[in-house]
Amino acid sequence: MKAIITVIGKDKVGILAMIANECAKANINVLDVSQTIVDGFFTMTMSVDLENMETSLSSFSDHMDQLGKEKDLVIRVMHQDIFDSMHKI
Amino acid sequence: MQTKEILETIKMIDEEYLDIRTITMGISLLDCMDTDIDKSCEKIKKKICSKAKDLVKVGNEFGKEYGIPVVNKRISVTPISMLVAVSGGDPVKYALTLEECAQELGVDFIGGFSALVQKGYASGDKELIEAIPEALAKTQHVCASVNVGSTKAGINMDAVKQMGRIIKECAQLTKDDHCLGAAKLVVFCNAVEDNPFMAGAFHGVGEADCVINVGVSGPGVVRAVLAKADKTLPMDKIADLIKRTAFKITRMGQLVGTVASEKLGVPFGIVDLSLAPTPAIGDSVAYILEEMGLETCGAYGTTACLAMLNDAVKKGGVMATSNVGGLSGAFIPVSEDAGMIHAAKTGVLSLEKLEAMTAVCSVGLDMIVVPGDTSASIISGVIADEAAIGMVNSKTTAVRIIPAIGKEVGEELDFGGLLGSGPVMPIRQTQNDVMINRGGRIPAPLQSLKN
Repeated sequence: MKAIITVIGKDKVGILAMIANECAKANINVLDVSQTIVDGFFTMTMSVDLENMETSLSSFSDHMDQLGKEKDLVIRVMHQDIFDSMHKI
Repeated sequence: MQTKEILETIKMIDEEYLDIRTITMGISLLDCMDTDIDKSCEKIKKKICSKAKDLVKVGNEFGKEYGIPVVNKRISVTPISMLVAVSGGDPVKYALTLEECAQELGVDFIGGFSALVQKGYASGDKELIEAIPEALAKTQHVCASVNVGSTKAGINMDAVKQMGRIIKECAQLTKDDHCLGAAKLVVFCNAVEDNPFMAGAFHGVGEADCVINVGVSGPGVVRAVLAKADKTLPMDKIADLIKRTAFKITRMGQLVGTVASEKLGVPFGIVDLSLAPTPAIGDSVAYILEEMGLETCGAYGTTACLAMLNDAVKKGGVMATSNVGGLSGAFIPVSEDAGMIHAAKTGVLSLEKLEAMTAVCSVGLDMIVVPGDTSASIISGVIADEAAIGMVNSKTTAVRIIPAIGKEVGEELDFGGLLGSGPVMPIRQTQNDVMINRGGRIPAPLQSLKN
C-alpha cells in the first residue's frame, strides 16, 4: 500500500528532514520526493510505502496533521488510490 | 504520479468543496415483517443495528485515509408501508424504531418511511401516509417519501390531494422548529429504488438484501473549471469540460463505494452521478449555470444550460463507473444552494422557471419555501404539475415544498446545516380545488406518437 504525503506552507529549514524523520519513526519507507514553489508556497510531495508501517494510516495521518498545525504547515497523508483513480483510466 | 495531478486533487477537496456527500447503506426489511408490530420493530432494530454497526466508523476512516471528507452516513430501508400492511398498528412506532437505530448508530439520516401508491393504495399505505406528520415531528433523523405517479401507472390524484394536506400538517406540527417536518418529506413521480440522497431514499423491493450506494458532491469543482474557461468558448467545448470534470468526481464515488463495500462486507450498489450542492458559497449548481454566461440563474437560457449540464455530468460519469444508478443528474434545491437562494431573493428565479428547469434536470421542485397560508389544494396542484412533467418525460420528478407557517413572502426560513435557508417565494394563489377534489387517476400516457 502506498500513500502520498504533501506538505504546503512557507519555506524554511528542515521541513524535508522533519517529514523523513517521522516516516522513519513509523517504519515508513520513502520512495520518491519532489519539491517546488507553487504560487510562492513551498510544496512537497512524497511517495511512501506503508507495507511495514507500525501504525495505522488514519492515526499516522492524524499525527502528521497535528504536527503540521504546530509547525504552521499543511501536511496531508492520503492513500495513493485516490490520485490513481482520479487521474488514471 | 505527477505533482500537478496530486495538487489538482487536493485543490478540489480544499478549495472547491469536493466531498463524498453520502455513503448510504440500503437494508431490506422484508424479513423483519411480523403480524405483531412490536416484534416487527424489534426485528428491524436488530437487523439495522447489526448490518450498519460499522457504517459510521468505515465512513470516517475512509475520510482520514484518503483525505476526502465523507459528509454523511445514511441508511435507507424497505418502504415501511409494506411492514404496516402485515403488522397493522400505529406506523409512528416504526418511525420511532428507525430513530432509535439512527441515534444508536450515529448516522445522519434514515430514509424509508415511505409508500408507493402510484396506481392505488394497498393495505397499510393510507395509514402510513396519515402518520407521516406525527412521525416526522417526533423524530430527527427519519425521512419520508411517497410516490404518487409513474410513467407506466399514471398519477394517483387521490394521493396527490392527500399529500397537499399532509405537507401542510408536517409544517404545522413542526412550526416551532422551522417547519422542518416538511423538509424531510418528498413526493415523487417515478421514484427510483436505489437513491442514496435524502429525503427521498428508500430501499426498493427489487434490491439485494443489503447494499452500499454512494452520492458525490462536486458543483464547486465544475464551477471552478468553467470559471477558468474563456468566455468565448462554444457550448460544446463547455460540455466537454463538464464531462471531464464529472469523470474525475465520479471516480471518487467509485473508489469510496468499492472500499466501503469491501470493508463492510456488503455488495456495492450504485454511484449516483448527481451534482449535489451545499449552502457553502461556491458549492452551487446555480453558479455553474452563471459561469456559462447568465447574469443570474433564472435568466432566459437557464433551462438550456441546465439541460446541457445534466447531460454532460451523466456522460462523464458513466465512463467513470459501471455502477450507475440513483437519480444521477444535477440537483436544484433552492435553500441548499447559495446561488439559487440569491436568485430567488432577487426575484429572478421564480417558481415557474424552476418548474421548467425540473423538466430537464434530476428530480424537481426541491426545498422551496412558500407562504404558510398557502392552501393544501394549491400544494396538491404543484405536486400534480410536477408529477405530470415526470410522467410524460419518463423521468423522476419530486416536490419538497415547505409552507413556512406564520411567514410571508420576503421573509426567510433558516433550517441550518446542509438544508440551508430559503426565502419565502411567491406562489400563485388562484383556486384549483375543484380539480384537486376530483381525485381519481390520471391515466398513463401513450408511449408512442411522441410530440
